[in-house]
Amino acid sequence: MSKPKVAFYWCASCGGCEETVVDLAEDILGVVEKVDIVLWPVAMDFKYKDIEAMPDKSITATFLNGAIRMTEQEEMARLLRRKSVYLIAYGSCAHLGGIPGLANQFPREQILKFNYEDAPTIPKGEQTRPLTAFTEEGRTTTLPALHNVVRTLDQVVDVDYYVPGCPPTPKITRAAVDALLSGKLPPKGSVIAPDHALCDECSRKDTKPDKWDFVEFKRPHQKLMDEKCFLAQGVVCMGPATRAGCDAVCTEGGMPCTGCFGPTSRVRDQGAKILSSLCSNLAAKEEDEIEATLAGIPDPVGTFYRYGLAKSILRRKINLPAKS
Amino acid sequence: MDKPSKSNIRIGFYVCHCGSNIAAMVDCPAVAKYVETLPNVVLSRDYKYMCSDPGQELIQKDIAEFKLNRVVVASCSPLLHEHTFRGAVEAGGLNPFFFQMVNIREHDSWVHTDKAEATAKAKELARAAVLRVAQHKALEVKKVPIHPDALVVGGGIAGIHAAMTLANAGKKVFLVEREPSIGGHMAKFDKTFPTLDCAACILTPKMSAVGTHPNITLLSYSEVTKLDGYVGNYTVTVKRKPRYIIEDKCTGCQDCIVNCVYKEPKFRDEFNEGLGKRKPVYIPFPQATPQVVAIDPKTCLNFRNGELTNKCKKSCVTACGEKQAIDFNQQETFLDLKVGTIIITTGFQTFDAKRMPQYGYGKYPNVYTALEIERLVNTSGPTGGHVVMRDGKTEPKSIGIIHCVGSRDKKTNRWCSRVCCMYSMKLAHLLKEHTGAEVYSFYIDMRTPGKGYEEFYDKLLEEGVHFIRGRVGEVTDWAMSKEEMEEGKLIIRVEDTLAGYVRRIPFDMVVLATGMEAQSDAQDVRRLFNMSCGSEGFFLERHPKLAPVSTFTEGIFIAGACQGPRDIPDTVAQAGAAAAEALALIDKGHIEQEPNTAYIIEEECCGCKSCLPLCPYTAITFDTGKKKAVINEALCKGCGTCVAACPSGSIVQNLFDDDEIFSEIQGVLAHE
Repeated sequence: MSKPKVAFYWCASCGGCEETVVDLAEDILGVVEKVDIVLWPVAMDFKYKDIEAMPDKSITATFLNGAIRMTEQEEMARLLRRKSVYLIAYGSCAHLGGIPGLANQFPREQILKFNYEDAPTIPKGEQTRPLTAFTEEGRTTTLPALHNVVRTLDQVVDVDYYVPGCPPTPKITRAAVDALLSGKLPPKGSVIAPDHALCDECSRKDTKPDKWDFVEFKRPHQKLMDEKCFLAQGVVCMGPATRAGCDAVCTEGGMPCTGCFGPTSRVRDQGAKILSSLCSNLAAKEEDEIEATLAGIPDPVGTFYRYGLAKSILRRKINLPAKS
Repeated sequence: MDKPSKSNIRIGFYVCHCGSNIAAMVDCPAVAKYVETLPNVVLSRDYKYMCSDPGQELIQKDIAEFKLNRVVVASCSPLLHEHTFRGAVEAGGLNPFFFQMVNIREHDSWVHTDKAEATAKAKELARAAVLRVAQHKALEVKKVPIHPDALVVGGGIAGIHAAMTLANAGKKVFLVEREPSIGGHMAKFDKTFPTLDCAACILTPKMSAVGTHPNITLLSYSEVTKLDGYVGNYTVTVKRKPRYIIEDKCTGCQDCIVNCVYKEPKFRDEFNEGLGKRKPVYIPFPQATPQVVAIDPKTCLNFRNGELTNKCKKSCVTACGEKQAIDFNQQETFLDLKVGTIIITTGFQTFDAKRMPQYGYGKYPNVYTALEIERLVNTSGPTGGHVVMRDGKTEPKSIGIIHCVGSRDKKTNRWCSRVCCMYSMKLAHLLKEHTGAEVYSFYIDMRTPGKGYEEFYDKLLEEGVHFIRGRVGEVTDWAMSKEEMEEGKLIIRVEDTLAGYVRRIPFDMVVLATGMEAQSDAQDVRRLFNMSCGSEGFFLERHPKLAPVSTFTEGIFIAGACQGPRDIPDTVAQAGAAAAEALALIDKGHIEQEPNTAYIIEEECCGCKSCLPLCPYTAITFDTGKKKAVINEALCKGCGTCVAACPSGSIVQNLFDDDEIFSEIQGVLAHE
């Protein structure tokens, strides 16, 4: 009996998710023993045409990380979907859009103009835009084009499972791999992590007061924080609105949760939920006092939608077309 | 037409013409035709009056015939008829919550002027409801028992009548009054219009009946400070202010007043509008109920700045003797009452005449408010009913009464206070009777709609009271000419709109018919009892015609002038109505609780405590053992605050779950 085939692929991502696979450390040997890796661009040399040549559904599982930002990524997502029995959105970017999703606040033109023309690091006279096709001496080179908006994997193709996190922790990666190898799979569409919020796992939970009554918000670098609940100290922590499963690595390490595991299954918009919760608990009741308190959160989208903008109901700036 | 129908959902849709209320602005047949094309809709009709019996029967018949399992009615506000249609759906054999109502009257036909656009809007609202109702779940109405005791707040004639009605029906009533005595404004009046009954003669027997009624607990000099709970099960905290008298021990002998170290009354007598004086220990008026004196710590020598000093020789205590009713150490106490229903009868305040400086109140001594005149003509008033001016001896020979002071005026209060025309005429009659003076009445319009009121006006005309139609410009003491006898008089300048010229008429006394307005602390009372106020500050009834004494909070009723200006007959009628509404609830024995409450999915709650402080009904508590929040469903009113704020989505509200709300949003936003 041949070993199940597994593929790893990356789209719009930082590469951190790839690191997590390596972070499995010696456990990875056990995985390699049990599976055939057919595609892993970051670590091994495979050709796309080999994948194209494979029969449909011949890959058991593809772990795809990164958001869908460019035409080539969309093509590969569609290809791997066709070839795989299970397509797994691996990490925050594939799951929710991730950090790249924050680009949905700006039109493509504005992004290109700044990065290739207006940025102070670009010398005058050297401003040039990337082209999707370039012909020289009769030979044409092509480059993928940038889509208008950043999309999550499931906004492009059908996704079977989600492994959350920026990056996913080795523990939940292992849980996902084990589930696959053992065949004990949760219902399709599941996020492979517990379905309650992070506070349940956080050692600071007991120090949470009954009444928050926020009078000011501070960012982590603006305050000397103690062992108490971050929210009790006026530091925005996404914990109450974020799925558990990471063993509270950030809050245990002295930093508030930034929300990378995304919302629980019951919440459709993580940012809206935490906003609603925090704002309802402001101590101030008059408009100017409220404004003053909220001034402590200078970048609300980056705070509440750090990973989830592309997946949120808000999704993108209103005048951006959804498709390229 | 190809309609996606995923399930066994079968929706019946009905659009109501409401006569021409809706049909004049919304093309009802077109709406029905459109809804027919929506998913899961098996039947779509338009009908003239859905709320009528045939309309309701139509729903029941269709449920049976077409095997409907969801119903949507597009008609008026759910406030009006949601209950009606839920009843019809239930009578048809379905769970009443498999129903959704669309408001295309208040939200559409009544507020738009373009028929095409109003019709398009009706379609969108209908589409939202059709998508939503497919997500509805069967819910159960819970029954909660009602506490049979009632609370009446405010001891004016409204509160007295409401309390007596309830008590006579055998219910235990707590009557809370913030002044030392009940009686309210009516106790200050001399006579009542149009019958000229003596106000005291008809009121004081009722007051003493309240004081002695076995079913009434009278809490005078007290205020409600806190309200918890819900209809049928309210907990009310009442603050009992110290009157420095032990009520049970005081017999009302008033020996303490006679023997007070102040030999003469020296301080402003509030009951007599400051026209008389009282001592620091006093009883507001002879027929006060309870017949218990009070000590005013602001003026009593045994206090300084309200603090007990014990520096007076306390002749009052000596006079009280063995009764030992005086207790200078009395403190504020708080009483918790359990009641099922509450009637608010907190009354009104009179317009402050100083806000209209052109009439000179507070500047010219002989400008009076109507309430002052009530005391002045009263035989138990400060002058024993002898009408004299502020010098204490001169009788006025000429009196001008100015109507609409602080009423029907964009600069102050826009509304008509309803009682001023009538009481002005009553005072005109009484003043003429007492003094024989020439009496002039300056009115804008004479408003006498009431039984015997117009006849009273006729009588006054015959008595020779002069009526001049015109809003008075000013009252001045500046005499233009000696010939006109203006010297030393108050001159009313007015445009006589019937004669068509501006007149100056000199008077000895001017009376301002001040209007009625909401109590200055009505907003606090509103918040305390979770009621609404209209823009003018009076408490808002649930419906001006169909629920005139109900509020938007179940089990809390309003009566009398706290709801709007009204006279004594209307006030008493309303108080009776409020008592009847309360009785209807009490005697039913239980209330049916709307099932649109929120609940916490225990295994999903992470115990973040976000919701705890948000609940306006204190229905959420924290289980410290399980480290999870818990909602008391009996206390939950279904406001949804906690549901929106739960960051992990672990609080769900019946009838407003995410599937229902998002389907509705999707329906209303879907462009054609």
